[in-house]
Amino acid sequence: MLKDALAAAVVAALLALPLLGFRLADSQQGLSLDYRFAWVGYAAAAVFIGRLGMAFAAAAFSRVFQRKRQTLLPLAGRPSRNRKIVGWLLVAAALLLPLAPFADRNLIDKATLLLIYVMLGWGLNIVVGLAGLLDLGYVAFYAVGAYSYALLSQTFGLSFWLCLPFAGALAACFGILLGFPVLRLRGDYLAIVTLGFGEIVRVVLLNWESLTNGPNGISGIQRPSFFGLPFLAAAPGRTTFHEFFGLPFSPGQRIIFLYYVILVLALATNLFTLRIRRLPIGRAWEALREDETACRSLGINPTRTKLSAFALGAMFAGFAGSFFATRQGFISPESFTFIESAIILAIVVLGGMGSQIGIVLAAILLVGLPEWFRDLQQYRMLAFGGAMVLIMLWRPRGLLASREPTIRLAADALEAAPQTAGEAAR
Amino acid sequence: MTAAAPPLLTVEHLTMRFGGLVAINDLSFTARQRQITAIIGPNGAGKTTVFNCLTGFYKPSVGRLTLTPPNNGGCFLLERMEGFRIAKDAGVARTFQNIRLFAGMSVLENLVVAQHNRLMRASAYSVAGLLGLNRYTRAERQAVELARYWLDRIELTGQADWAAGNLPYGSQRRLEIARAMCTEPCLLCLDEPAAGLNPRESAQLNELLLDIRGQHGIGLLLIEHDMSVVMQISDHVVVLDHGAPIAEGTPDMVSNDPAVIRAYLGAAEGEALPPDVAGGLPTAPPC
Repeated sequence: MLKDALAAAVVAALLALPLLGFRLADSQQGLSLDYRFAWVGYAAAAVFIGRLGMAFAAAAFSRVFQRKRQTLLPLAGRPSRNRKIVGWLLVAAALLLPLAPFADRNLIDKATLLLIYVMLGWGLNIVVGLAGLLDLGYVAFYAVGAYSYALLSQTFGLSFWLCLPFAGALAACFGILLGFPVLRLRGDYLAIVTLGFGEIVRVVLLNWESLTNGPNGISGIQRPSFFGLPFLAAAPGRTTFHEFFGLPFSPGQRIIFLYYVILVLALATNLFTLRIRRLPIGRAWEALREDETACRSLGINPTRTKLSAFALGAMFAGFAGSFFATRQGFISPESFTFIESAIILAIVVLGGMGSQIGIVLAAILLVGLPEWFRDLQQYRMLAFGGAMVLIMLWRPRGLLASREPTIRLAADALEAAPQTAGEAAR
Repeated sequence: MTAAAPPLLTVEHLTMRFGGLVAINDLSFTARQRQITAIIGPNGAGKTTVFNCLTGFYKPSVGRLTLTPPNNGGCFLLERMEGFRIAKDAGVARTFQNIRLFAGMSVLENLVVAQHNRLMRASAYSVAGLLGLNRYTRAERQAVELARYWLDRIELTGQADWAAGNLPYGSQRRLEIARAMCTEPCLLCLDEPAAGLNPRESAQLNELLLDIRGQHGIGLLLIEHDMSVVMQISDHVVVLDHGAPIAEGTPDMVSNDPAVIRAYLGAAEGEALPPDVAGGLPTAPPC
């Protein structure tokens, strides 16, 4: 244990020597080299103590961890109720959030942003978590949704609710378009191609100036209305939301309305995923993730199954994209860079592949915390990176990695056939 | 079993080349309905390649593979079909030499996934399922019943909600057979089902395979090294060596065939001798 800690300290010292040990300083003769060997010593000492502490902690908790590893496997006749309760509590909290006394405009705005990422995470979960297709270009579908709403509403004056299905369908078509060339690819190769696809979409949006207005983006996108009642201080010739309900006008009303819209959209995504997971197509996705060869030998059409996963995942990104456009009122290719894809993928992986609640927790960690801790300024990203490393050390398979079977044998059938001790022990 | 049983699978002049390597050279044989046909041969004889051609994983270079399912009049030319269609439409199910279960999914899910196509139709390609319509819930209940039947048969009912990857090896082998049977095939291809089983387990396996043949009336095609399995249960044996058929007939005929004895003794590398063969030789060199 001591040896391991010492080795880590030496490595840290070697790394810190060029990084921390030397510093260029302004002096009278121009630039000169400053030496800060004490810092190197601090870094090495910190690593030594940390490593020792980790080793002690691992020894102390090894029993706990071992038990945990066993519970990862689905055991007979024990459906986990806890997760369901947590889920309902989260839904209730989300519903009541705008009514809370501490809920100011800023908080609701951030919660809305968070929910967009939750929805994107749930959408990508279909592709990555269930079907096991590593997609690094998911943001492309988000962009397609956003631009299709923006363009449809500006060109034809269609309302948000009318455009929403169009945007979803268009994004799904793009999903299939991406799906076709990558049908034969798996794992890393698939990731590379999808990464390229995401960039292609962004570059097209950037350069097709006649349609997308290029890097200047599209501004003045129509805001959503409450069943035809706009959220405006005054609208000539139309009744506004606050006039209709006899409320005083406040810009916060629109913020809260947008919050509920994305909440409903996200919950719809969740409900859809939970349901489809229990359908043959959902099971086929998971089977495809486990073993494609075996799938084919059982008569499952891998082409159709993969394409449906791509299309449905993309559809939800399209919905989220049009919501994004209507919320911002302005979109440009800047909003759809690779880092967005990476964050969404990180949310899915960190949450535990395929776990719906895990994705919410991961989104809070990855999107919520950096937003709330903006005060930390330049240390924010450091804390973000550190948190990710820590989580991956603590939970290498994601926050909630255990998987619930989609179907269980009726309880009476299980009781009728007690587990044979010999089988269970082996 | 009489030799007059109608043919189920007819393999004619099957040849498979990988570049310059001829893995199978002009193989012809017939597997009949309600019979267990075994393909045996030393390691590298091309047995698994035959399976891969049959189940659409490879496209044969030359040859015709005709499947004649018992209940409808038509026949399928397997060499022209896409892999998943062979399982879906023609009804050929297979297991794998290195077990390919869906390890992270539960035992029951493995059996329900196998009924994918029927459930897909019942759920109207997910629409009826999403709406929770009656016709889908009924179909799902039926699927679970069929799964339950096979769970009882392979004695895994108590472990139905376990992750398939956590089962002991012998149970995984049986589960893979049950999963293939859940597709309701007319021909079941088993690639070394007895590999890694202890004598008690392989005796159970024999029983299971004989039951499947007897009760479900389907044809079985078997690749096996374990001669206690092959000699006891098969009705018909085809022997391959270096991709070429060297003998064909009943287990007794084959085990006394000098060409077979030569193939096994000549090419043997860690290969178990068929007991009958070893006994029939004056001085069997150990291998």
